[in-house]
This record gives sequence, C-alpha cells and structure tokens, in this order.
Amino acid sequence: MAAASSVAVPAGHATDNYLTHTRGFLSWALTLDHKRIGMMYLVSIMASFLLGGIFALLIRTELISPGRTMMQASTYNQYFTLHGAVMTFLFIIPGIPAALGNFVLPIMLGAKDVAFPRLNLASFYLWLLGAVFFVVVLHTGGLDTGWTFYTPYSTTTSTQVTLAVTGAFILGFSSIFTGVNFIATIHMLRPPGMTWFRLPLFLWALYATALVQVLATPVLGITLMLLAAERLFGLGIFDPKLGGDPVLFQHFFWFYSHPAVYIMILPGMGVISEIISVFSRKHIFGYKFIAMSSVAIALIGFLVWGHHMFTSGQSRLAGMIFSGLTFAVAIPSAIKVFNWISTMYKGSIYLTTPMWYALEFLFLFGIGGLTGLFLGSLATDVHLHDTYFIVAHFHYVMVGGTTFAFLAGLYYWWPKMTGCMYSQNWASLASVLTFIGFNLAFFPQFLLGSRGMPRRYYDYTGLLGEHPEFTHLHRVSTLGSYFLAIGLFMGLFCLIYSLFRGKPAPGNPWGGATLEWQCSSPPPHDNFSSPPVVGDPYAMKNIKYDPKAGSYVKVEDA
Amino acid sequence: MGKPVHDDHHDHSASHGSTFLAHHFASHEQQFAAGKLGMWIFLVTEILLFGGLFCAYAVYRANHPEIFRFAAEEFLDKRLGGINTCVLIFSSFTMAWAVRSAQLNKQRQLIVLLAITIACGFGFLGIKYVEYKHKWEEGLLWAASYHPHAGAEKEPVPASPAQVPAAALDAPPPTQSQLAIVTPKKTDAVESEFKTEPKNVGVFFSIYFMMTGLHGIHVIAGMSAIVWVLLRARKGHFNSEYYGPVDFVGLYWHLVDLVWIYLFPLLYLIH
Repeated sequence: MAAASSVAVPAGHATDNYLTHTRGFLSWALTLDHKRIGMMYLVSIMASFLLGGIFALLIRTELISPGRTMMQASTYNQYFTLHGAVMTFLFIIPGIPAALGNFVLPIMLGAKDVAFPRLNLASFYLWLLGAVFFVVVLHTGGLDTGWTFYTPYSTTTSTQVTLAVTGAFILGFSSIFTGVNFIATIHMLRPPGMTWFRLPLFLWALYATALVQVLATPVLGITLMLLAAERLFGLGIFDPKLGGDPVLFQHFFWFYSHPAVYIMILPGMGVISEIISVFSRKHIFGYKFIAMSSVAIALIGFLVWGHHMFTSGQSRLAGMIFSGLTFAVAIPSAIKVFNWISTMYKGSIYLTTPMWYALEFLFLFGIGGLTGLFLGSLATDVHLHDTYFIVAHFHYVMVGGTTFAFLAGLYYWWPKMTGCMYSQNWASLASVLTFIGFNLAFFPQFLLGSRGMPRRYYDYTGLLGEHPEFTHLHRVSTLGSYFLAIGLFMGLFCLIYSLFRGKPAPGNPWGGATLEWQCSSPPPHDNFSSPPVVGDPYAMKNIKYDPKAGSYVKVEDA
Repeated sequence: MGKPVHDDHHDHSASHGSTFLAHHFASHEQQFAAGKLGMWIFLVTEILLFGGLFCAYAVYRANHPEIFRFAAEEFLDKRLGGINTCVLIFSSFTMAWAVRSAQLNKQRQLIVLLAITIACGFGFLGIKYVEYKHKWEEGLLWAASYHPHAGAEKEPVPASPAQVPAAALDAPPPTQSQLAIVTPKKTDAVESEFKTEPKNVGVFFSIYFMMTGLHGIHVIAGMSAIVWVLLRARKGHFNSEYYGPVDFVGLYWHLVDLVWIYLFPLLYLIH
C-alpha cells in the first residue's frame, strides 16, 4: 500500500534511534531499554519456535505411515513432549507479551519505559535460564511425560522431569515479572490525557493478560515445586501409596494451565483489534465491549479448569458446573469476533500483510473456538477426549489463533521496530501459504479425532482394520505441516531480507492513530522527549497519507 | 545530608538532577507509587504461591482430619511455635518502626531497627532449626521417609533448646517416650482418642515441611533484602523524600510474618 513511496528518506524515519544509540555487546546485554529487551526476547523466542517446529516436523514425519517410519516409540514420546513443552513455555506464553508487548507497550502508552526496567531485564535472563534447563533436559535423557507432567507417570519415569519442572518454574517467574511490570506500568506511567478508555485495545489485552500471569503462575510454581519434591524426597502428596491423590495434581496443574491459555490468546486478540481497525480505516466498533471482554475472559478463565478433567473422575455436579462456565467464556470471545467484523463492515480494507494474517486469524480462531464447544459439552467430550480432535482444536486456537496473531503483530510493528519495510507481495504470499499449510495439517486431524484416532499414538497400524482412511488423513496432515513450514520460512526470509535491502520505513507506514506511530521509526532511545499528545487511539479519519512525506500524517478535523 | 551519586544506573541515572529518581518517572511520588503497586502485586503472587499449599492442606485436612489432630498433638511443640510467633510479630513491629524512622530522617534509629529485625530473623531460624533437628532425629519426616522412633537419649519434644542436654544428663530416658509410636505420650482426656497411630501420618509431615520450609526460605529471602536495605541505610541513602526500598522490603517482611501467623494455628493449634 502506501509504504511504496518515491521519497528517499520518508518522514519520521530516524537514523539516530534506540538501535544506534549505543553500540557493543554489553550495551545490549545490560540494557534497561524496554525496546532492546523486547528485541532480545523476539530473537530468543523465534529460536525456540524453530526448535519446537523441528520437533513438530519430526513427529509428523514419523506419522506419515503406520508402524515405524524413522524413530523408536520412546523417541517419539520425547519429541511430542518436548514439542509441547518448548512451544508452550518458551514460545507461545512469552511470545506476544514479552517480545511484542515489551517493545510496544510503553510507546503505545506514551511512557519512556516500563515501570521496573531492571525487573524487565531480570525477566529476560530468567527466561534464558529456563530455556537452558530445557536444553539440558534435551541432552541428558529427555522428557516423555507430555507437557502436562501428569502424575503418577511423571513421578515414576526415569526421564529428566525434575530438571524440566525446575526450568518451567523459572520460566514462570519470568512470566510473573513481566506481568507485574505491565500492570504497574499501565497504572502508573500513563501520561496526562491517557485515560483508561483511551488505552489502545492491545494495552487492555496486555493488562488482562498480566492479571492472569500474576494470579495463575504462582500456583503452577507451587505445583511444580511439589512435583519436584515428590520426585526428590517422596513427599507422597500425589502418591496414593503414601496417602496422596494424583488427581489433586491435575487440579493444581489446570488451575494454572487453563488460565494460561488466556495468557496465550488474549494478547493475540489485542493485536487483532489494532490491525483490523487500522486496515479497515475505521474506528474500532464497540471499543468498551472489546476492552471489557478481555477482562471478562481473564476472570472467567479462572473458573473453568475442571473441563480438562471431565473424564478424570470428578463428580457429575462439578462437571456440569465447569461445563456451564466453559460455555460462558464463549460469550466474551464472540463479542470480540463480532466487533471485529462490524469494524470491517463498510470499511475500506487494505490487504496488507498484517491484515492478511488478521483475516486468517479470524477464520482459524473461529474454527478453533467453535470446536471448543464440542469439548465443553460433557457428553461429546467423553467421546472426543484424548483424540486428535483435541489436538486439532488447540492447534487451531494456539497456532491459528495466537501464532497467526503474533505474526500479524510482528509484520505490523516490524517497520517500527527495525525501520525497514519488507516486500508486501512476498510476505502476503508467505502468509497465504502458511494459512493453506496450516489447514492441510490440522483439518484432517478433526476427522481423525472424531473417528477415534487417539492422540499421542506412535503407531496406528492396529486401527487401520476399522479405519483404513487413517493413513491417508495422516499423510495429508504431514504434507500440510511441510507447507506450513515452507510458508513460515518464506515469511522469515522476507523479514530478514528487509533488514538488508528493505526501504526505510516512515514514521507511520500504516496510518495508525496510536502513539507508537507518532514517534520515529525506529523509535529514539527514550521514546518521547516530552509527553505526547494523547487522543482517540482509533481516530482514523484524522490520519491521511501524504505522498510528499512518504508517510501517513495527522490532519486537523475537516 | 549527603546523597552519594549512584553510578550503576546506566542510562537510567538521575537526569532530573535528583538522586535515585529513574529517568522514566516524572517525580519521586510517581516512582514511589509505582514501586509500591509493584510490591503489592508481587505480594499477591506470593500469597497465591502459598495458596497452593494451603489448598493441599485443606484437602488433606478434610480427607484425613485424624492425621492432623494426632500429629499436631503428638509431635509439634506449641511452646516453640508460640515463641517463634512472638519473635516474628516483634520483628514486624521493628520493621514498621524502621520505615517510620526513614520517613523522619532518623538515620541511626533506622539502622538499629533494621539490625534488630535481622536478629529476630536469625532467632526465628534458630528455633526452627531446633524443631527440625528433633524431627530429623526422631524420623518424623515426609511421607516416604517417615519412620518414627522415640529419641533414644532425649525427650521427643523438649521444652526448650537449653533443656536438652540437661535432660539427657540428669535423668534416664523416660520410658513413655519409647512407646510414642503405639501409645500417645500425653494422657489428657481430649487426646486419648488415639489408641493407635492413624495411617499415613507421613502426609502431615510432607505438608508440614513443605509449608514451613517454603516459609523458611522466604524468611531467608526477607532477611537478605533487609541486609541490603541496611547496607544502603548505612550509606545514608534514605530520607524523607526517598525511602521506597525500606517501605517495600518492610511490606515483604510483614507478608512473611503474616504467612506464619496462619501457619502456626493451622499446623500447631487447631484440633
């Protein structure tokens, strides 16, 4: 769109910025600048994404044919466990808040930094330390419990459960510190004029996310600590032989891990709220509803953990209550989706790369969310429990939802973060390829699951007598995963290429009205020399493209 | 008073011309308010961390009340627990007073009160050590290592640390204590309901050691933080304008105190 300008150096492009402010390794390693910490997080998180993705491809390749294809059953168990653990703890949970959020939050807010810059840096190094634990696990015997660490298997297996839960415990602290920082920043560092209902919706989403991070993660911490103590000392709390109860572990675990799925999806929804409005050139529809639905999802999310345990032997009454509450979460989620669609209605839609990803998000999250309703219903869940239907459902939400939103946000803020414009055509093509690959990989899994293919199976030879189509469906799924990988790599190359050959980005390449587009691309070291003028974050009518400047600029009310 | 320049603040140094005011805050008030909010949020996470253990306690207490009644009566020393409660409450008082001293620019008083608070922390840990030591010697450990046997030379639960050697020297080991496994030592009418030990008493000690152990770690963390504040107080960093760290560490210390105030009755007292 407008970014292809004829101006050599467009308005708002800065050569003196946070990247060039100081130089040298230590100026990054010891930085307190939220933008540099965000960039370090981004690079590390993408590396984890790659690692988790390699495991995914290995799993899918093993399943391309029944029986043994390329690895042993025990290796397969380790690969799906590490795929889940790496993707969950190292990529999806910190993905949007710690990488994009760290970079964008203070600038969007109009602040110079987060409230506690040192805590922010500490959070990054804790993340690194947690990642080191996972790498050590990888090299010293692996992990085969599944990412959920269910007892009693996790207390009896000989793989490195203790190291892995220690790593996850440390990552939890990293997550808590990010959450504390975001809440304090949004409360305390708003400039004059930035009232609660002028906060961009991405900040509302991050705020709701931070609430969940702060309130849920400590419970995971104590659960993992109990699990480690169980293994090291024989605590007996989860061991029926010593008077304990293994189902208590599931309660503890899901009390965190269900809210954790909202840590994953809420910031993604925030990103989508920004992008839909900007590229429809329309004020967001239902601002307060979207803002409040984020908080509602965060709060209701604490009350639904039991829907992971419908078949674990909880009482029928508890099951009914949890089922009802689970349906309640659908309401605020649907509020968001309808408001996004209403925003696009009669808008002038620009199909930029971020918008492609956002539209794909709507489609995939729609499928992911609606299939969740089958799993929230008690009777159908008994049939679908522990099948590929579950796998397909949460990949539609976590990958189709969160990861597509993460990529949308990455392409949206990339010009701001790096000062470089990427090729819209190639990046959009990569996005479409990713979308097709994703659907090829995961839609067949709904069919597999509803026909009874259990999840986590290494070999499905025994099921082929009744279901000869399983081989075919698995093959399509594997093929799709390769397309997905190609699409993602292509997108990555577009970004890396832009760093070297990309056009310089203007201050406001997309026409956003939020504050980060008011400062230069990339932003200067301390964001704003004086507190910025705060207005309506979605006043798209006042932002017009100026061909002479090569950038969108603010115009006075006509 | 002298305000030494802190040069490890990198680019977050005092561009406002005022020491210890980070560049992204507009005023000391804003910095203090942000720090205080951050600390309160952190305390919430701490409560939830312990909350998991309190839940585990509630679940097992509801399922096996007899274990908790038996173990608390038989094996925990209310007197030592009570003394420790007093020690911690007193340390909370000195900590609160220390914050007041910082606000009033009373440097010397601040240092003395912080030192007393740290000393109370050591006192608490010392008494806790005595309690742990006896449990260790008597095999009163977590479930897998729970092998109770009466101390050969000592009372299972001595009245106070000072009496241990004296009791061992003066008197032959009381015979009742050797029967502690099968027959409760105490003869009060209330406790005589236990003719034999209930099953799985080890779970009580699992919970006991997890809760008091995690609390002990928090005491050590709190003491470390107070040492840091003490060292800064000696450099004269705190005054009526800038006393945030004293206040925040104080809040943390009160939480550590508060957790104990719940642990003590839950583990030692209630039937």
